[in-house]
Amino acid sequence: MKNKIGREIPEEIIEKYEVYQGSFDKEILGRKASPKISRVKPGESKLIESLEDAIVKSGLKDGMTISFHHHFRSGDYIVNKVMDLIAEMGIKDLTLAPSSLTSVHAPLIKHIKNGVITKITSSGLRGELAEEISNGLMEEPVIIRSHGGRARAIEAGDIQIDVAFLGASSSDEYGNASGASGKAICGPLGYAQIDAEYADNVVIITDNIVEYPNMPASILQTNVDYVVKVDEIGNPSGIASGATRFTKNPKELLIADYASKTIVGSKYFKEGFSFQTGTGGSSLAVTRFLRNEMIKQNINASFALGGITKPMVEMLEEGLINTIFDVQSFDLVAANSVSKNERHQEISSTFYANPHNKGAAVNKLDIVILSALEVDTDFNVNVITGSDGVIRGASGGHCDTAAGSKLTMIVAPLVRGRIPTIVDSVNTVITPGETIDVVVTEIGIAINPRREDLIEEFKNLDVPVYTIEELKDKAIEVVGKPERIQYEDKVVALVEYRDGTIIDVIRKVK
Amino acid sequence: MDRLRRTMMFVPGNNPGMLRDAYIYGADCLMFDLEDSVALTEKDAARFLVYNAVRTVDYGNTEVVVRINGLDTPFGKSDIEAMVIAGVDVIRLPKTETKQDILDVEAVIDEVEKKIGKELGSTKMMAAIEGPLGVFNAYDIATASDRLIGIALGAEDFVTNMKTKRYLDGMELFAARSQIVLAARAAGIYALDTVFSDVDNEEGFRKEVEFIKQLGFDGKSVINPRQIGPVNEIYTPTEKEISKALDVKRAIKEAEEKGSGVISLNGKMIDKPIVDRADRVLHLAMAAGVYKEEFGDEK
Repeated sequence: MKNKIGREIPEEIIEKYEVYQGSFDKEILGRKASPKISRVKPGESKLIESLEDAIVKSGLKDGMTISFHHHFRSGDYIVNKVMDLIAEMGIKDLTLAPSSLTSVHAPLIKHIKNGVITKITSSGLRGELAEEISNGLMEEPVIIRSHGGRARAIEAGDIQIDVAFLGASSSDEYGNASGASGKAICGPLGYAQIDAEYADNVVIITDNIVEYPNMPASILQTNVDYVVKVDEIGNPSGIASGATRFTKNPKELLIADYASKTIVGSKYFKEGFSFQTGTGGSSLAVTRFLRNEMIKQNINASFALGGITKPMVEMLEEGLINTIFDVQSFDLVAANSVSKNERHQEISSTFYANPHNKGAAVNKLDIVILSALEVDTDFNVNVITGSDGVIRGASGGHCDTAAGSKLTMIVAPLVRGRIPTIVDSVNTVITPGETIDVVVTEIGIAINPRREDLIEEFKNLDVPVYTIEELKDKAIEVVGKPERIQYEDKVVALVEYRDGTIIDVIRKVK
Repeated sequence: MDRLRRTMMFVPGNNPGMLRDAYIYGADCLMFDLEDSVALTEKDAARFLVYNAVRTVDYGNTEVVVRINGLDTPFGKSDIEAMVIAGVDVIRLPKTETKQDILDVEAVIDEVEKKIGKELGSTKMMAAIEGPLGVFNAYDIATASDRLIGIALGAEDFVTNMKTKRYLDGMELFAARSQIVLAARAAGIYALDTVFSDVDNEEGFRKEVEFIKQLGFDGKSVINPRQIGPVNEIYTPTEKEISKALDVKRAIKEAEEKGSGVISLNGKMIDKPIVDRADRVLHLAMAAGVYKEEFGDEK
């Protein structure tokens, strides 16, 4: 069966899941899930000698669901360390439900092979692990969820976490945990807060026990069962790997120039506007160009959202941005700013992007700049599978911010090497075209025909305007039409839209 | 003077990615190089690549110039043949010393155009002057062929020949620049200035562009897309210049309507050079897309 955007979803999946019906068309029912009631009595200690003891005390058993956060990014030691121990202890058939996984998590392959892990849900997969999974390593398909979608799934009980293992760069012995101080600083713990609130058991893992109370804390003692001290939770240089150097790549600069001209030429660029930009070369350059234009036109932003980088923090300090909502810091400047500046606010993933709460921050966004591996002529965007069909990315907040923002812009080069970026049909849909407004490339922009207002508004824009088909033709003209990737029938991953419906599936590559 | 040649971007002829994308950065002209930026072992490959790029990629309104190897090398003749067949707009001759250099290249182009049935004279030429002899012969060179659209200074070879080097103030190039711009103006063709190699020194670059504009050059060769913006900006008339030019045109129109012979604007007399300058400002502004209306439509 094909879902609303024409993606073929196999019957056995339709039996178990709802399929995508439209970005806000799914009916909402039910009540929020709730964790087990538990109690810590006065005088009881939460401090546990070893990680192994903590796993035992948490009551972890075969078949349970465990979670982690990805704030330590490619510097993370915790997932591998905990999984190795669990495997040694002989526990099997676990569901792994981290907020995301990165290329450092290749050691999980052996735990999948030996049956310790049998199911995974994550925002993304990279490196060897992603390759193996794309080649059919797992029986059960991985469920790819956006950041907002994961928060939703936890609140709705779609993900029921039995034990959350949450790393923190500092914690007191009672579980008030933070990412703002210590050796392996990561700033906010926005993706972990929902785990702490909804998991039956919460284990804080830190390399830095501080005196009680460790305030302000991202995770509060009221949600924490155990605290364990280990030697190292992560590699600081891997945590702050977000390269925030200003790009000199002329193509990225040109894309950024077109993107910022488009923003500035839109009705949304006015006093009190809000925006989110990413960490890619073009995205960071947009931030800088936008800054210059804001100074020139004496316009300030009410808030900036997202994964936060140094240029955003500088604009906060200059007074150009009133408030930063930060779910995750991408560099040390951003990580340090959260504890210094009260207008730099840590937020949780549910506050950030959950579609089924009473109003996430993305709903208040005016402008978001997003990247893409592929965009198709229906404006659907792929950010997860590469040109070889192999998983190599993450859903992240892509579809969440696209759905929430008034002006959603994709920045991407027309071609990468010999691979076109604008195509007839993307390999995998992460974000549906109905939530994308403008695609910006180095030769010009294409506006979604749904946005007649923008087509009218951008008539006199000093940027070449094409239709998306014209952009695609230009790309094909240069590199030729690539052959379709050959897949087998086996589904290796389900792509869940933020509302919990299945928007696409990823199949095993041939 | 019928087109903008504010910026001519150098692109090595052996870099497929750059050949493919070069047109997107807004340079008025692209110069694909088969000469100094291509190693001896890559000459054939670069010729093949540029030939196919010119035939495949839609460069739109951007003028495509190819710098060939000199006819005194084993590659020059094949370069000319391939580029004329590919249909480039302009063939650029390096290290031009004498009028004869131009005539020799022209003879080969004539031959190829005849052979393939292309309109005779449709492939244009430009000459780079890169030594003291060429500077001395600038006017002879500039008037050697009807195909010539411009002459350019190539400073790196020039300063070496002059036993000096490049300085930030550019005094070592002053005589050559003056001679070249004089020769181009006398011949009624374009004068293009040399490259500025320190891509990261935007301030120094801007100063140099302002200086060569002051001397009368039509534009500058650039080696990085980042240099295009500043040149185009400096060479594009400002709003103030445009409105001043429009005032001049309006005053003339009024005077004509009144049948008055003497034209004045704000108490100052307007004579022919002033009118010509106003025309050129408006022409440049229109070509650069910052002024759209023909004067006649203006009220």
